[in-house]
Amino acid sequence: MMPKLKIDNLTLIFGREQQEALQMLQQGKSKAEILERTGATVGVKNASFDIEKGEFFVIMGLSGSGKSSLLRCLNRLIEPSAGKVLLNNVDITALPDADLQKVRRKEIAMVFQKFGLLPHRSVLENVAFGLELQGMPATERLEKARNVIELVGLKGYENMLPAELSGGMQQRVGLARALANEPEVLLMDEAFSALDPLIRTQMQDELLDLQEKMHKTIVFITHDLDEAIRLGDRIAIMKDGEVIQIGTPEEILTSPANEYVSSFVEKVDRKAIITASSLMDTKPTMAVFRKDGPEGSLRKMRATGLKILPAVTVDKHFLGFVYLHEVLEVKQRGDKTIEAVIHRDVPVAHPDTTVEQMLPFIAETDKPVAVVNPANNKLLGLISQTSLIIETTGSQATPQA
Amino acid sequence: MIKIGKYIEQFINWLTHNFSPFFKMVKAGVETMVDGVLGLFTFLPFYVVIALLAILAWRRAGWGIGVVTALGLTLIYMMGYWAPTMETLSLILVSAFIALIMGIPLGIWAARNKTAGSIMRPLLDFMQTMPAFVYLIPAVLFFGLGKVPGVFATIIFAMPPAVRLTTLGISQVPEDIVEATRSFGATPRQLLFKVELPLALPTILAGVNQTIMMSLSMVVVSAMIAAGGLGEIVLKGITQLKIGLGFEGGIAVVILAIILDRITQSFGKKKQKKNAK
Ligand SMILES: Nc1ncnc2c1ncn2[C@@H]1O[C@H](COP(=O)(O)OP(=O)(O)OP(=O)(O)O)[C@@H](O)[C@H]1O
Ligand SMILES: [Mg+2]
Repeated sequence: MMPKLKIDNLTLIFGREQQEALQMLQQGKSKAEILERTGATVGVKNASFDIEKGEFFVIMGLSGSGKSSLLRCLNRLIEPSAGKVLLNNVDITALPDADLQKVRRKEIAMVFQKFGLLPHRSVLENVAFGLELQGMPATERLEKARNVIELVGLKGYENMLPAELSGGMQQRVGLARALANEPEVLLMDEAFSALDPLIRTQMQDELLDLQEKMHKTIVFITHDLDEAIRLGDRIAIMKDGEVIQIGTPEEILTSPANEYVSSFVEKVDRKAIITASSLMDTKPTMAVFRKDGPEGSLRKMRATGLKILPAVTVDKHFLGFVYLHEVLEVKQRGDKTIEAVIHRDVPVAHPDTTVEQMLPFIAETDKPVAVVNPANNKLLGLISQTSLIIETTGSQATPQA
Repeated sequence: MIKIGKYIEQFINWLTHNFSPFFKMVKAGVETMVDGVLGLFTFLPFYVVIALLAILAWRRAGWGIGVVTALGLTLIYMMGYWAPTMETLSLILVSAFIALIMGIPLGIWAARNKTAGSIMRPLLDFMQTMPAFVYLIPAVLFFGLGKVPGVFATIIFAMPPAVRLTTLGISQVPEDIVEATRSFGATPRQLLFKVELPLALPTILAGVNQTIMMSLSMVVVSAMIAAGGLGEIVLKGITQLKIGLGFEGGIAVVILAIILDRITQSFGKKKQKKNAK
């Protein structure tokens, strides 16, 4: 399937000495060297990645890392110096003005950190503004605007001026204005950064709810990793104009590409993000019920040094745990199976259960946590008490922050 | 010794020589405008004019200014200066009108185009700081004596604030609003008419006010080339050392200034209040 947006070797240089700066970039010179030699600032450096239809794509990085510059190249609010941006396989960078305007009117809408609302127009008129630019007749566009206003929870505020609203409300207007155009792609530049934390979380939730219904392709910029992780299907991390890692939130957290990324990651509350699937040992030793009797189970315990084994059926359905001392007892009793000593009443985790949700599973004993497929109850892996404890305590420490 | 004066003289002569049909046309046009406005003011009985202006001032700037307008104009009438006052008023209105329809587009252009802006700025400085008397000479050469050269000199002197404040107003429109507008696919024309001009309006109106006030300040100067009106009375007071006459003319000018200032200011204020709300 073709990607919704394809960013192909995109480079943006601010300043006069474009050619020389581009050459130096090709020679692998750094942003600082180029600035010193040519006076040109590298905004974006050779960015290449795809964004899929319906994807919530987050771009993250420190201030000045080039996030806004990159985003503005996607609708050419800033002209890129080199490279291409393909929307539905059409090269945006090559479009003449009239076609570019059409793309901005119909296909890509934007939400801004500072809202960018028209102070002399009411909420309703602001939301209808994009439609007005398209030349839609007044009754039709106001009707549409009313619907979107309701969608973002601003009903009743139609006739107010932006300055009469709180920041959160104003950004709802900004969002509604973008949605009114029914774009396929939403560009959001630090859309929630100007809001205070409580409102911010609320807006994030609402955006996620909306996205569940609408399935837009969203490119969202933030300098806050927590926000990135909450919202993003995938996250791209930028530094000095370069995209240095792209991955799912969990990939970024569990295997940061370099020190820069891990320095971000350290500050994050991992408990809420790390899931069972990344902690579990996917090839645990198992006592297979009916195949392994007490004898077989004990042999496996001896080989691994474990006092507790998960018991599964031959097709790997999880049954529970067996303990060394009880297996020894049934063996002495002369039982042929371990059926009598399987502890069936144990909590299990699913692959996407977070560490936070597994906190109640921390136990005095060494009993591991079984991770099962929620659909068929098959055992996918085991999480040892040790790694669970390390994960929960380790993630609280943020010494560098 | 460089004789800049000689070159300018040659240039002006060349202009008068080669463009005299053009100047004639302009002269006829401006004359018609001034006479038309004056015709309207003199056609109406004085008390109707006073009543209309007082009502306008009252609606725009409150009852206080309405009363001041009514009393002031009545005083002018009773001093016996009604006719020259109406002459001056029509001269100012036409001059300011032409200055604005040229100045505001120039201001927009300067805001849009950096090169145009950087060429215009020193030119405007020049126009504004050059002693206004100097404009009288080419004005007379182009248009002879009378009202039209007065209008011409007034326009040159009064246009700079309209240009400047239009440019300022547009460049003060917040960058994020301009960016948002562009991001929704606005054409440059849509950006101008739907966003930049509405947001710059209070500043542009301040420019309108200044242009009108500067036109008024040219009243006496343009009387030197027989533009007539209140300026002529003040001038007579000066040349014939008649203090009383000079002051009477001066008072009439001041009354006119207050009325025009308050009425034009009120437009800018009204808008600002709505924006700030
Ligand atoms: N108009 C401009 N002219 C020159 N340099 C610019 C311009 N805009 C941005 N830059 C430079 O480009 C680099 C990237 O800036 P950009 O605004 O894209 O960063 P950002 O990641 O969005 O930062 P922030 O989190 O502060 O918004 C910075 O070094 C910045 O100084
Ligand atoms: Mg930014």
